[in-house]
Amino acid sequence: MSDLSPSGNEPTQPVVHSGPNRQAVHRAGRLLFGAGIALLVLWVLVPIWFLFVNALSSPSEVTGFPKRFWPSFDMESVAFFWNFQGVTNALWNSVKVATLTMILSIGMGAPAGYALSRFDFPGKEFFRVLVIMTRAFPLPLLALPLAVMFIRTGLDDTVLGLALVHAMLALPFAVLITYSLFSGIPAELEEAAWTLGCTRLQAFIKVVLPLALPGIAASAVFAFVISWNEVFAAAVLTIENRTLTAFLLQSLNVSPLPLKFAGGAALVLPALIFIFAVRKYLFAMWGIANR
Amino acid sequence: MPRALPYLLLLPASAFLLVFFFYPFGLVVVESMTRDGAWTTGNFTRMTDHWKFGQAVWNTIWLTAIVVPVQLVMALTMASVVQKLKTGRSALLYIFAIPLGISDLAAGLIWLAIFEQSGFLNSILHSFGIIDRPQLFLGYQSVWVIFLAVCLAEIWRATAIMMVILVAGLGLIPKEYNEAAEVFGASRWQRFTRVTLPMLRPSLQTALILRILMAFEVFAVVVALGGTTLPVLMGETFQWQFQLQDRGVAAAYAMVILGLSVAFSLIVLRLLHVPKGARV
Repeated sequence: MSDLSPSGNEPTQPVVHSGPNRQAVHRAGRLLFGAGIALLVLWVLVPIWFLFVNALSSPSEVTGFPKRFWPSFDMESVAFFWNFQGVTNALWNSVKVATLTMILSIGMGAPAGYALSRFDFPGKEFFRVLVIMTRAFPLPLLALPLAVMFIRTGLDDTVLGLALVHAMLALPFAVLITYSLFSGIPAELEEAAWTLGCTRLQAFIKVVLPLALPGIAASAVFAFVISWNEVFAAAVLTIENRTLTAFLLQSLNVSPLPLKFAGGAALVLPALIFIFAVRKYLFAMWGIANR
Repeated sequence: MPRALPYLLLLPASAFLLVFFFYPFGLVVVESMTRDGAWTTGNFTRMTDHWKFGQAVWNTIWLTAIVVPVQLVMALTMASVVQKLKTGRSALLYIFAIPLGISDLAAGLIWLAIFEQSGFLNSILHSFGIIDRPQLFLGYQSVWVIFLAVCLAEIWRATAIMMVILVAGLGLIPKEYNEAAEVFGASRWQRFTRVTLPMLRPSLQTALILRILMAFEVFAVVVALGGTTLPVLMGETFQWQFQLQDRGVAAAYAMVILGLSVAFSLIVLRLLHVPKGARV
């Protein structure tokens, strides 16, 4: 242990290394670093692997013991899940709600983000604080009072009603993300287009939009994921038209294990794809959310 | 027209915030303090008199107190590892970020696959010859195992969000600071604690606040792993709203969650205070 410590802990003490020793320390350090990375990767991936092993094994294997750590690729569990009363409907509802959430939050958030990035006007700071403030409130709880409001307006148990609540969850992110996206596109490009005879709208559509589109698509995917994953509001606001999360939650204590795991896999698979799709933007998106 | 344009652009989002944030927010507050149209503290006394209330509060706070520091350390480790890497950086980032897209319900189910009676933990223990028959981990006789499983699932699921925020924050720190410190003979650890961490304060603030808020909202993970055996605030809110059909008490619970969220956000803001001029 003592010959390892000079690697960085006591810099004031000049330590002279003989060549091979130093190399050994270096190699040990690299090995440790690699092992650490491997461990972290396994920590993330192995639990997901277990879920998919369960989802891709027959029901008797899922409840059997001891378990194999390799799926038998028996589709019985998946088929059972797929044919279970209400599953396809719930899946379809999840897609509908998430798509609508995506459209609503970007449709309202992107103009606001653009306004924040391009204009200086009284009330700008107030709006920004407003948006950031919403993050300090546990938003799913808004579903409690809205349940009553929705019954009065006929929005209860509808895809639109739930999408409106999910849009409230996603809107602050949409505003902040698009704000940074538009801020990253030089205003001079737009101004050049104006001098060349474009109107403000034309300049926006022809110059800014193509540049911002990939980022906007990424934040739209992010909005989709937020809605796809939301459980509490979905469970409070829907009864007949449940989303997949609400459906799984409300049948948790009665449904058999294969159904739970196949359902879990159905929730996870799109998430893997979504995060892959937006991976480039993930960090740019969060870098600005700090400010 | 140009002067009105920014306001026009903000109008949809503002109107939406008003209707779907401030209005329901006001409704929850009112609902928590009224019963049958009359002002009362009855909802709150009814909530606190219930035997599960104290447990729910403490379980939620303990969960946060255990999970968040562990996540902070893990996220910092992951972020620094990724920073140092030259090859395979984006692949590693993707893997580390995966749980970000996974819902708390799915995370609960993932860890249920490990902890349930015919699950993988039992199978692993069996293959090592430690046990010969499956153990019941998630029963009401051993609530602490449920608590532990929930902790693991939460750490597994929500470290990614902190990691992403911290990676983004690390990217904002100018390299020169670290190089200067190195020139002056600072060790790696010293550079980390004296240069990187202080410069990272704004990101740490965001990450911690966001994560603490999420921790107070823990819900589906707990339901998936323990049903109602381990009461937490959000779960009790759900119970009162749904099973007990008492919206007043549910609203009172919402107020407790809100109160805790605001209180802890303020504490984090105060502890990690960033002077205005020092922002990157």
